[in-house]
Amino acid sequence: MATKLERMAGSKHRFLLNMGPQHPSTHGVLRVVLEMDGEYAMELDPVLGYGHRMHEKMAEVRPTSGFYPNTARMDYLGAILFSHGYVGLLERMAGVEVPERAEYIRVITAELNRISSHLVGIGAYVLDLGAFTPILYAFDDREKILDILEAITGSRLTYCYFRAGGVSRDIDDTFIRRTREFIDRMRNRMPMYHDLVTDNIIFLKRTKEIGLIDRDMAIRYGLTGPVLRGSGIAYDVRKSEPYSIYDRFDFEIPTGENGDSFDRYLVRMEEIVQSLRIIEQALDALPDGPVMAKTKKIKLPAGECNYTVEAARGSLSYYLVGDGSDTPYRLKIRVPSYANLSPLPELCRGILLSDLVTAMGSLDLVIPEIDR
Amino acid sequence: MDTMQMTLYDVLRMVIAFLLVITIVFINALVMGYLERKVAAKIQRRWGPMEVGLQGWLQMVLDGVKIIAKQLIVPRDADRVVFRVAPLLSFTPVVLPFLVLPFAKNLVGRDINLGLIFIIAVSSINVLSIFVAGWASNNKYSLFGAVRSVSQNIAYEIPILLSLLSVVLITHTYSMQGIVAAQGTVWFCLVQPVACLIYLVSATAETNRAPFDLPEAESELTAGYHTEYSGFGFSLFMIAEYANMFIVCAVATVLFFGGWHGPFSGEYLGVLWFLLKVFLLMLTMIWVRWTYPRVRFDQLMNLAWKYLIPFSLVNLLLTALIVKCI
Repeated sequence: MATKLERMAGSKHRFLLNMGPQHPSTHGVLRVVLEMDGEYAMELDPVLGYGHRMHEKMAEVRPTSGFYPNTARMDYLGAILFSHGYVGLLERMAGVEVPERAEYIRVITAELNRISSHLVGIGAYVLDLGAFTPILYAFDDREKILDILEAITGSRLTYCYFRAGGVSRDIDDTFIRRTREFIDRMRNRMPMYHDLVTDNIIFLKRTKEIGLIDRDMAIRYGLTGPVLRGSGIAYDVRKSEPYSIYDRFDFEIPTGENGDSFDRYLVRMEEIVQSLRIIEQALDALPDGPVMAKTKKIKLPAGECNYTVEAARGSLSYYLVGDGSDTPYRLKIRVPSYANLSPLPELCRGILLSDLVTAMGSLDLVIPEIDR
Repeated sequence: MDTMQMTLYDVLRMVIAFLLVITIVFINALVMGYLERKVAAKIQRRWGPMEVGLQGWLQMVLDGVKIIAKQLIVPRDADRVVFRVAPLLSFTPVVLPFLVLPFAKNLVGRDINLGLIFIIAVSSINVLSIFVAGWASNNKYSLFGAVRSVSQNIAYEIPILLSLLSVVLITHTYSMQGIVAAQGTVWFCLVQPVACLIYLVSATAETNRAPFDLPEAESELTAGYHTEYSGFGFSLFMIAEYANMFIVCAVATVLFFGGWHGPFSGEYLGVLWFLLKVFLLMLTMIWVRWTYPRVRFDQLMNLAWKYLIPFSLVNLLLTALIVKCI
């Protein structure tokens, strides 16, 4: 005879825990419904859509140039990288030749943005583990990037800097000087991060062997970006199908060994170093010339086109179907975070609530990008 | 007091001592709140409170006023009476230990011969208040925090007791003044380094401070057992937390760091040495909190049951043997 309490709890003695949409570690408006057995999460169900803003629909009702600001508002941490994919798509479709200097500026600003995004990702991840201080150090460094980019693009978070055919404004000597200063500063700061976080015994105990994603699982779920590279697969769009001028730079793809939360963290740290290398090479080789192509008006032919870039969280694809008019017939965006979120239910079956937070933080999700 | 007869003098003394203790608890919360924010800011390379008063020293007073003015929200379906009582319940056990703490040679509320036992006994009521708060809130996160807190506090009370006992074996007294007096020449942190270390680690866990702040683990449980508390209920929990820190650090000072002993510590001036040592220990706790990530729950329990308790038991046994032989 089941007691009243047992009937309420069901035959499995489990209860539902609603994590989010407003929870400190779901980073934004992700809602996760958990079926808990004590401290253990047995089943997990992510609920999406709280931040849906119809970006794809907006692209269908306005001229292509009207969609530039939207790209920055999907992934607010890696806005330039999202713009890069969109302008790249328009240029490929309309066959616009981008000036050399503009390509270099694009690479420099995009890599700066990637570093700032990774800094937030790492900082927020360590914050999820309960250490308050590293995120403020990371934000201190990120602040320098924001200052540099603000001077040149006019905004600090949702940059609308890239245009089809080039960039909106040329960079000046101050920008180059400050960027070089930042490279030196960041290189000096890396050992500090490693001392403070990477070598910390509690951090190691909390992240090693937690949230294991092996190679098969990573491929099965279509993961990309640092999450995939953490599992030991050296896939990076910048190397595998180089866009823009990424084939001219010498950089490595850092990979992890075990595919646990710790490896994903390390990959992000290492990617910051690699991005610094790319920026340095681009600054050294920066040519003179115009930063905007001659063609003022982009004319889209009828047909379809796809363009993939490596955003901060993985491979980002824009797929456009045009009907010959100025307005796209359909724009489909493949965002990395959506695929990166998908292994979460399998990842978190039967692990502790604390480990769930660790695993979720190590995926570095940006929810508005998923909800669009 | 030699006779059990209560005189007017005794009643007056009790009232004054009690008022003083309440004042100390509140002022301690203000000072510690300010220190915590300033030290955290220093560690994180920012300014901290700067606006109100010189270096923002009035910030905590204003925050106190603000938080008292806040509405007390009782969640729907919460157990209203218990929900209201819980913060008070957390406040009581942190006030009482101050009565037996020896601030200086002649500055102690009452030096009873079981002072240490009294402090430990009263402090363990604290866990009840946390559990009651978590239960009455009718919130799953609060309940999580409460359940964690109970198992954590029970686990860590054992090593605390064992490590304190190894000091008591040397002093042969539970009286706080007696223990201080025994450290005239050498502090017990040198005689009993293992017990001292075990006590400090366990005390951090006992006060639910980071890296052992699992009952209120922000990124997991939003705010743990006090998620649903607002206004004065919340501030009572915070005051109790700081007072608790003061007590565990004061006990550490008395048992391991020589209490009020120090140069020029006469009848009353020892209070400066006492407060200095207590605040240094508390600053260390703040420093640790803002440096380390949080441990996982099973790791926390493993630390207590697999390392701290066996080590403190061995330490106790060795102490007993050595004391017996000498």
